[in-house]
Order: sequence, then C-alpha cells, then structure tokens
Amino acid sequence: MLRRIHPIQPNGFKFSATNMKWAKEKIKKYPPGRKASAVIPILWKVQEQEGWVSRPAIDCVAKILEMDPIRVLEVASFYFMFHLSPMGDVAHIQVCGTTSCMLSGSEDLIKVCKEEISQEPHSRSSDGKFSWEEVECLGACANAPIVQIGKDYFEDLSEKKFRGLVKLLKRGKIPVPGSQVGRFSCEPGNGQKSLQGKNKEKNNASVQLALRGKDTVFKKNKLKFNSV
Amino acid sequence: MEDLKKILINGNEVEVESSLTILQACEQHGIEIPRFCYHERLSIAGNCRMCLVEVVGGPPKPAASCALQVKDLRPGRNGEMPEVKTNSKMVRQAREGVMEFLLINHPLDCPICDQGGECDLQDQAMAYGLDFSRYQESKRSVEDINLGPLVKTSMTRCISCTRCVRFMTEVAGVSELGQTGRGEDSEIISYLGASLSSELQGNLIDLCPVGALTSKPYAFTARPWELDKTETIDVMDSLGSNIRIDSKGSRIMRITPINNDEINEEWISDKTRFIWDGLSRQRLDSPYIRVKGKLIKCSWNDAFCTIKEALKGKKIGAICGELQPIESIFALRNLVGSLGGKTECRIDGALFWNKNRCDYVGNGSFADIDKCRTITIIGCDPNFQSPVLNSRVRRAWLRGAEINYFGDKCELSFETICNESSLEKLNKFLIKKDKVINDGDHLIILGRENISGESGKILLEKVKNFCINKNSKFIIIHSGANSVGAIDVGFTSDVGCQKLLESSDVIFNLGFDEMELPKKDKLLIYQGSHGDVGAANADVILPGAAYTEESGIFVNSEGRPQMSNRVIFPPGDAKENWAIIRALSSELGIDLNFNNLVDLRNEIYKEYGFLSETNNLQENQIKSDLDISKFQLKGEIKAVVTKSYFFTNPIARASETMAELDKLKSTKQKKNVISV
Repeated sequence: MLRRIHPIQPNGFKFSATNMKWAKEKIKKYPPGRKASAVIPILWKVQEQEGWVSRPAIDCVAKILEMDPIRVLEVASFYFMFHLSPMGDVAHIQVCGTTSCMLSGSEDLIKVCKEEISQEPHSRSSDGKFSWEEVECLGACANAPIVQIGKDYFEDLSEKKFRGLVKLLKRGKIPVPGSQVGRFSCEPGNGQKSLQGKNKEKNNASVQLALRGKDTVFKKNKLKFNSV
Repeated sequence: MEDLKKILINGNEVEVESSLTILQACEQHGIEIPRFCYHERLSIAGNCRMCLVEVVGGPPKPAASCALQVKDLRPGRNGEMPEVKTNSKMVRQAREGVMEFLLINHPLDCPICDQGGECDLQDQAMAYGLDFSRYQESKRSVEDINLGPLVKTSMTRCISCTRCVRFMTEVAGVSELGQTGRGEDSEIISYLGASLSSELQGNLIDLCPVGALTSKPYAFTARPWELDKTETIDVMDSLGSNIRIDSKGSRIMRITPINNDEINEEWISDKTRFIWDGLSRQRLDSPYIRVKGKLIKCSWNDAFCTIKEALKGKKIGAICGELQPIESIFALRNLVGSLGGKTECRIDGALFWNKNRCDYVGNGSFADIDKCRTITIIGCDPNFQSPVLNSRVRRAWLRGAEINYFGDKCELSFETICNESSLEKLNKFLIKKDKVINDGDHLIILGRENISGESGKILLEKVKNFCINKNSKFIIIHSGANSVGAIDVGFTSDVGCQKLLESSDVIFNLGFDEMELPKKDKLLIYQGSHGDVGAANADVILPGAAYTEESGIFVNSEGRPQMSNRVIFPPGDAKENWAIIRALSSELGIDLNFNNLVDLRNEIYKEYGFLSETNNLQENQIKSDLDISKFQLKGEIKAVVTKSYFFTNPIARASETMAELDKLKSTKQKKNVISV
C-alpha cells in the first residue's frame, strides 16, 4: 500500500495538556540524546488524540523529539497502523480478515462495511463519521469474527449483529464491547465446562474497563452504552 | 594497539585487524566482494545483501560481510581458525539470488540510461548475476521526484540501497531525503517534495550505484566510454579538490571528483562539479583595444603595440586574481619587476609578510581536522568557503570533537559549544582555553578576511602565540585557489594594493574580477578568460586560458602545491597565460629567461624549490616576533560572506547552472522568512 502525506492537511497540531505530560514521561524512559526512541508511542498518542497522523503532527513530534521531520515520516509511513489520512470522526472500524475470522464470516462483515460506510477501505463515509479497513489477526481467534474499534473488541459477530452495531453507532450511541452473543470471554459456545462458578462478574475485565469509561476511544462523547 | 586476528579467507591464512568487517578484511587482501549499499564513507546499512559470504561453522546461511566484524567470528570446534569463503557454491548462489531479486523491479532501460557504462548494477549483474530471468509478472514503477536543477531522478531504477539518504544525513548534514513506506511501496522522497539545498548534493550522482540519480546538466549528452578523461585540480575554492574532467572533442562534458584523502576525500562541491557551462560562455576569444571609448577586436600585435606605446615613460603596476596558476603570476612578476613596477596579489589589504610562510598558510593541514579534539573557527564560514571542508568539520563534530565558532552569524551544519561574534569574547575564550586544553589537541581555522588590516595582524599574532604555547595547529582559509601561491612567489609589494593602484599609470590586471578598478587617467590592461568586471573597463584586453585550458601549479589553503593539466585548448585566439606574458616581454625587449613551460617551471623551482614537490605539504614553523601583551582584540569579527556562494568568480558568474542555483537559494530563503 503506497502511503504518503495526505494532500489536505490541518493548519496545526497541538497535544492536549494531559497527552503532553504523558509524552514527556515517555521520553524520560530513554537516556539523554536518545529521545528519538520514543517516536512510536508518541505517534500512537497523536493518533489517539486526532484519529490520524497529519503533517503538522509529524512536525510537532519531530520538534518534541529533536528529530528531523523526514525521520518521523519514515516511521509513520512504515507502520500501517498509523493512518496518514483522516479516518472516521466517530469510529474507525478494523475488521479482522485473517484465517479464523475469515472462516467464521469476516467477509460478510466487510460486505456490511462496504454497504454501510464506504466502498473503499481507508476512506471516510459521506458524512465523515466512519471509516473501515481490513486488518491482520487481532489475536482473539476463539471469538471470531471480531472487529476492533479504537481500543475495544467486538466479538462473536454475525452479519446481522454487526449491521446493528454500525447502525447504533450511526445513531450516536455506543455499543457494549466484548462478546455479542453473551459469552464471558472465550469459553465454549455452549457454556463453561471447567472452572465453573468462578465468574462472579457479568463482564470480563476489558469490557469493564470500557464500561467504566476509563480507557475507551469513546470517552470524548461520554455517552451511555447501549446493547445492540 | 591493533588487535590482530588470524582468519582463513578462501583457505588462505591472513592476519587482519579484528575491528574490521569481513568485507574490509577481504578488500585488504585483494578479494573483491560485490556491494551496493556499503560505502566506505557512510554508515553501514546492510540492506542490499549483495555482499553475502559463507562463514564456516556459523549459522547455516550466508552472512552479510559488510555488517559482520572479524572479531565476531568464532573459532571451530577444535580451536581451528575461523573461516570465511567468498567463492563457494553457497556464495555464488546467494549472489545470483540477490541479483535476480534486484533485477525483478529494475527496468531494462540501460540503452537510454545515463548511468549505462559506469553502472554498478550493470557490472555486477554481468559478473555475479544469472544470464536469464524467470520473472514474468509486471514490474513496479515509481513516481519520479523533483530534487532541483542538479540531480535528475528516475526512481523506478532505484534499488533502495539508501546511500543517498545516508549521504545527505551524515555528510551533507541536512536530512532532506528519506525512505518512506515499506516493501514494494517503499520510495526515496524528499520531505514535502522540497528540492535539495545542500552544496554537496552533486555527490549523490556519484554515490547512486544505479541510474536513479543522475546529473541533470549532463543528461543525455555523452556516454562514459567516448569521453577523454583528464585528472586535474579544481579552482573554485581554496581547497584544491582533485577532479577528473571528462571532455569530448573541444567540449567539457562533466566534472567528477578523484579520491584524495588529505584534501577532498571523494566529494566535491556543486560549484566545482557543475561549473563547466560557465567555461564556454562569456569567453574572451580575441584581443581587444579601446578606441574612442569603444572596445574593438584587434590582433595580438596591435594589442602589444598599444601596450608598448602606453608604457613609454610610464609607471606600471600589476595585480592578479585568484584563478591564475603560479606560472603566469611568476612570469608577470618578473616582467613587471624588469620594468621597474610593483606587483600585488593581496587586493583585500591582508598584511602577511611573505618572509614567514606560516603567517599566511598556518602550520596545520585539512587532515588535522580529523585528529584534534577541539576545533575553533574564527571569522570563516566553512560552508561558504568550501562545503567539502565543512563536511570534514562536521565529521569531527560527529565523532565528538568540540567546535567553537567566532564570527558573523551563519548556518552551521554542526552544533557549537561557543558561538560568538565579538573579538573580546574570543580573547577571553583563548585565555580560558590556554589553561585547559592538552597539548596538540586544538586546531584553529582562521578566515583570511579577518587577518587583513592592522587589527587582523593582532588577531593573527594572538592565534600564533596560542598555538606556540599549546603546541597546536592552525590553518588559514583563503578565498581563492591560488591566493597562497601568489604570495609564495612574491607577487607582493610593501606599499599595499591601494597605493600601488594610485601610483601606477599603467595597471596590468591578471584575471582579477572581484571589483572595479579605479580608472582615472590610467591605462588598464586586462588579461583573463572571461568578459567580466575586469574586462568591462579595460583599455587593452588579452584573452587568456581558463583553468581547464593550461597546465599550472596551484597552491591550496594548507600550502600544498598541486599541478593541474590541460583538458582542452583555449577558444579562438586566446592563449595560455604564461605564453602571453612571454610574448609581451619580447615585444617590450625584455628577456625573461624562458622560452617554454619547462624552462619557466625550472626558473620557478630555482627560486622556490618547494613548489616542485607537488602534492607534498611543506612543514611551516610558527614564529612570532611581536609582543602581543600590549595589544587587545576589540570589536566585531568581519562578515565573510559578502556575495552569493554561486557567484564568487568570473567562471561561476558566466554559468547558467550557478545562476539557477542562486535563484533557487534566494527564493528558498525568502520563503523561510515568511513562514517564521
């Protein structure tokens, strides 16, 4: 995939105060004169804040890390997970297309993306709110097929469930992450066969984290979670 | 100190330094290993995989010899010597495989490629590649980038060796190029599509092992095998870079560097490389005399007669420019001396005594930059004076040397500890450094402009005293290719340039074009190659050869005499400079003691023996006979950059390429001002 700086760029970029503090902590991990080592985490924070890596952001990161902008661009263009063009404002949906998910129906999910969002991956829907792409294995094969939105996994999807999920997002609501067929985590589909009675909580830890609103990309919206 | 290690290379026992890479070790023992990304003067990338060798007992796969050190080789199970094979079946197959992969996406456009005939990929494909291709799929193509008026790009030919990226970052010191993307989509780009700004960018053309980066001005004009190659010396700056000029018939086609570790290593500046179009424009190809205020063409005889008439009972004085070889300067000095006139080459009013060579040459060499721990630059913009020298200072900085800069604000490609512009601060600095620096660890680079005049003399003495105390070295950077040589052969007078010009009735100007000479009631004779400032207000013009058209001796800033060679003949009626002066002397009835170049050189060597030892650096002893404690350094250091880098001599001012570069640079600077 040819990756270049996007022709349309914002006027500027500024880290939020918390992110800037976070970035400075990150830089402290490395010895003096080796600030450049922090380039990947800091670019990652840029993308978390803005949704993509813009040219002003590259210049800003280069300045923070005392690097040449071209060196930052080299890194940003090398890793596919850095987006060099704007993605959906509300959500960028990453559909896993590797073996397990593909066998369990990820191609149907991609069809939904094409119908509901846009024909081409990496391009925004007409209202600019959504975008999608097919990614390599997300490492949750037991819950295939899955999609990742921001930091959250949505597991055990079907074409119908996923369409509902996208529609929910379109209405400005936030779906509950985790298994969409009521599984706790990756136990067999017909119920837990071992370690029975150990789970007291309704949701697993990562879902709880999302529901508490502490570590999800939707925190900007501060919306209530809704089931699909 | 050396840690030697015995290894077997192809069954032969050799002893090599353990810090070398296998590629270097093989090279030392005459075994050629093919390579694309490896370059002696750049960092090791190890990405082309062409240098694969077999390491016996190592991992069962070929190893990249450019990135594997001798000390990392392990001995055999029973303590046998480590063994490397460069001609085994594994190595041959590895090379064939790598070559096949490289050629997969390389276009088959050798017949229309400027690199054809001197292309590493072509040569190595012949030597190490397969004679067929199994590739049937479509090839990739890459968009070309615009790098400016000098470097032409055909990025589809790029094999991603990243030599260009490393050169720009490490040697030129401007990170403008980078490799973005990955895999098939990786491409070499300049950030935001900007054209290159370095004055060393022409070297990318030599570095590129394929035809991806070629010379724009030279594009499609010649093939390497039809060129006559002449090794000679560059005159664009006072470095005296070693160059090779390629000519076809009576035309100069291109200029490339020759490796000389003590001077230019293997780089040359863009001015040196792309100057050649200036050599065929604005040329003086016939003598002229001024009749009723207008210059008209005439014969050599008429020109000489005019001079003869004008000289009757008049006082003659002579000055010379910076592009003239020793031969013509020496001949003119003798001619004017016999006529009872005075000569002067220090038009800027620099006050060196030509008795002590150290006062205008220093006692160091360019190679000393690589050795010392502290470098202090005083009144000299290294990138303006010589970008190649600047890259040497930058390398010293990269290896950890401390650089201090005193002078007018300029863009430096290295960081400085001390960056000041006043002489008072310099004084304090020298006193402070006097106490701390170890003997012989300091090098001072002094700009010639700042040791002219009375205050300059004090500065020079302070520097000399510092060097005597600390047993350290200093070099003086001159502005012209033969500024040192002219002083060496005594083209100087006690009265100074200003008085000499005022007191002479006839002024013989040997190729000086940097300012207009006062003309009131005087006869100006101009001898030179280009119709520039000097010729514009001259009364008699004698057309001379340019530096490519005669053999001559040039002495560079460190005091090293080097011999240049003739590449082509001067155009039209123009003659070699020394021959014009010889002809004029016989017209004036003066015997100059020589009839040909050999005799002339013998005359020079008789008086200045050290000039006969070309390429040899004479050692200069520092002497200081002035008590400096009475004097104080005061005021600001003079600005060195008074004109555009691309217009410092008449040849450069005649060059279209230089004009284009100058325009590009000034628009870039303007843009920068706006964005700030």
